[in-house]
Amino acid sequence: MSSDPILRLDGITKRFGAIVANEDVTIQLGRGEILALLGENGAGKTTLMNILFGHYLPDAGRVAVDGRELTLGKPRDAIAAGVGMVHQHFTLAPNLTVLENVMTGTERLWHPASATTAARAKLADLADRFGLAIDPDARVHDLSVGEQQRVEILKALYNQARILILDEPTAVLTRPEADRLFQTLRVMAKDGLSIIFISHKLYEVMTADRVVVLRAGRVTAERRTEATSREELAELMVGRRVTRPVRDATAPGPVLIKASGLCATAGRTALRDIDFTLHKGEILGIIGVSGNGQTLLAQILSGLARPHSGDLQLNGADITGLTAPELLRRGVARIPEDRNREGVVARFPLWQNTVLERLGDPRFASWGLVKRSAARAFCRDVISRFDVRGGGPETETATLSGGNIQKLIFGRNMIDGPAVLIAAQPTRGLDEGAISAVHKEILNARSDGCGVILISEDLDEVLALADRVQAIVKGRLSPAVGTDGLDAQQVGLMMAGEWSGHAHAH
Amino acid sequence: MRIERRETRPAWLVIGAPVSAVLVALMAAGLLVGLSGAPVFEAFGRMAVGAFGSKLAITETLTRAVPLILTGLAAAVAFRAQVWNIGAEGQLYAGALAVAALGAANPFGAPAYLLIPMLLVAGAVAGMILLIVPVALRLRFGVDEVVTTLLMNFIVLLFVSLAIEGFLRDPLAFGWPQSVPVPPEARLEKLVTQSRLHTGLIVAVGAALVVFAINRFTVFGLQSRAAGLQADAARFAGAPISLTLLKVACLSGGLAGLAGAVEVLGVKGHVSTALSPGFGYTGIVVAMLAALSPIGVIFAGLFVAAMFVGADGMSRAMGVPSFIADVTVSLALLTMLIALFLTQFRIRR
Repeated sequence: MSSDPILRLDGITKRFGAIVANEDVTIQLGRGEILALLGENGAGKTTLMNILFGHYLPDAGRVAVDGRELTLGKPRDAIAAGVGMVHQHFTLAPNLTVLENVMTGTERLWHPASATTAARAKLADLADRFGLAIDPDARVHDLSVGEQQRVEILKALYNQARILILDEPTAVLTRPEADRLFQTLRVMAKDGLSIIFISHKLYEVMTADRVVVLRAGRVTAERRTEATSREELAELMVGRRVTRPVRDATAPGPVLIKASGLCATAGRTALRDIDFTLHKGEILGIIGVSGNGQTLLAQILSGLARPHSGDLQLNGADITGLTAPELLRRGVARIPEDRNREGVVARFPLWQNTVLERLGDPRFASWGLVKRSAARAFCRDVISRFDVRGGGPETETATLSGGNIQKLIFGRNMIDGPAVLIAAQPTRGLDEGAISAVHKEILNARSDGCGVILISEDLDEVLALADRVQAIVKGRLSPAVGTDGLDAQQVGLMMAGEWSGHAHAH
Repeated sequence: MRIERRETRPAWLVIGAPVSAVLVALMAAGLLVGLSGAPVFEAFGRMAVGAFGSKLAITETLTRAVPLILTGLAAAVAFRAQVWNIGAEGQLYAGALAVAALGAANPFGAPAYLLIPMLLVAGAVAGMILLIVPVALRLRFGVDEVVTTLLMNFIVLLFVSLAIEGFLRDPLAFGWPQSVPVPPEARLEKLVTQSRLHTGLIVAVGAALVVFAINRFTVFGLQSRAAGLQADAARFAGAPISLTLLKVACLSGGLAGLAGAVEVLGVKGHVSTALSPGFGYTGIVVAMLAALSPIGVIFAGLFVAAMFVGADGMSRAMGVPSFIADVTVSLALLTMLIALFLTQFRIRR
């Protein structure tokens, strides 16, 4: 690594309305260095990288590559300077082949024929050099997400990227896939590439050379990874010491929910022979990388989709294929996977979102009329008992933070003391403070005797909260494994579909 | 310059935005009047006189507003739930045809106090059926209701032609293609003597109040708005989306059918293809001008009616083409869309 930086961001400031996304951010990237950009959601990491790549125009500041200043707001200039970006949500055309995707945008439109032979050779050379093996003629929609990410990286390299930016690269990967990615990044760095990756996961940033911590749009700390620890970084990221609540030992009660042989299909996902049991006062973790059928499973358990065969019982009574209002009446509380899209109507005031799923309840509606004052009182109750901040019953829901919207959704479900809680990705996209609040709610529900099905992608979350865990892989559920004494490595293997060794560990 | 979302929408803005949108549209229309060589202020003066200057003018404006309020409500109800009903014109004609056919026959020999409500219901039901079909097709097969409702308009209008040239043809109309008139006891009473203004105005304003109450106080109102704003959230909450949208179709189609029924029973007494100068389409503009608010629809309907009636008066006196009314209403729609944007966002330098 030579001493002059390949990339300098100097005094970058960007505001969206009253919100300061980045303030006076200065970062340098050395040649052949891997830099991790660590920060919570909303800390301004993605905004900063979008400024570097020319998607956003900053209010102040400069970006220089190799000492030459970039014209800001022009992605073409960034690409020409050798900046390549791998977005969190891939920007590939699924119906084209790998080669076609990689070549897109690199050729002039009026050329009579495209130079596929040369491109093929170049792609093969790149794939070989960095160990990114891929079939150039495979269609992108046939590839796994890990392979698609490989295509994204190859696309950047094909465009002569010397600086590679990866936005939350492991969000869609299993732990083994993520480890392989970081090995690849190390090979690339040895080859002279300079890399920035964005993350809010502590174990990942420790694989970098250096970590820059962003908080509320500002650089709050910079550490070399060999001179810091995960604990220190966690505190730097959040700004205070945050402790997630800990599960205390309880004996599970009688069986609450029993699923046997559930099969369902929706579009291209299929669930096959889903079996699990949930006990009273127990948290059952269902872990899996997104896209393995957990969305459909959550929908079935929440009364939004029907299995085409199999059997679901609550307290011995058949609840297969019941609708959401029928499940609610039987004491099934539900936290939706996508709280902003499904959990609340953004333009509704809080009180309407508090009772929207309870309009069949005579407390809140009779003769087809909404009992507005009762609904408002209920909403006030939820707000005060679940510490929802940012407004009253008449406040438009869109103005609340994600954490407070989640507290509202928890509150409207938990206030009546449900028998079962179906929590799908309950902390996705929340910051550390809100995560610990949600964890506390889930553990409270458990100690009140509620059975919780926790569907999550977050290994640490499941290990911390769940009594037993089952992995969901390609629509199949592994046998249940107790979490006592289980480590991340073992769960990682289960998430990759290797559970034969655990088959009788139940 | 930046655009950002407002956290709150103060009352002065919610009221002031449509008013200033209309004023800006009138100013822009004034430029056009000036271009056509007429003195602008005098022309607008004539327009005001034409719309409000005499008892006759006021009753004409109100008469014109009645179908516009009803079709405006039809559009507002549907759009609020994201049902894109472009077929109010066809539903209006379906309602009118049902009323003309049943009224002329009066099969039960019912007295007026029974006959009129019966005919109004029949008109509404005809409109409902015409909208339930496209909405059901959308729910079942994903057929775009914009296309189906729009094309239904032409089918219905051609069917009306067929009827009034054929089985409903009035033999005493000196060869004019129009239906057999409804009997006098089926006609709506006049509100003001020696004018065309009829009790349909009460029906229209009453309908607006009913729609307002439905939106505000009922489970259906809340669920249909949720379905319109965010269907995924409504589905997660367990709202019966298909049923809700079918009910929306009944309400919207029914209101448009009612417009046709009221127009036949109140104004014309028979059906011809000249019954509606595009009330169904103008209803969409009325709904947008009102920002889909049912009470707003009353005022928007009055505004549009006044523009058309007033422009007729102005055109006779000043020689400015009466198309200026269409232009002004269209301009008002554009300025209203900008005003709506400004009520939700603010622009900062």
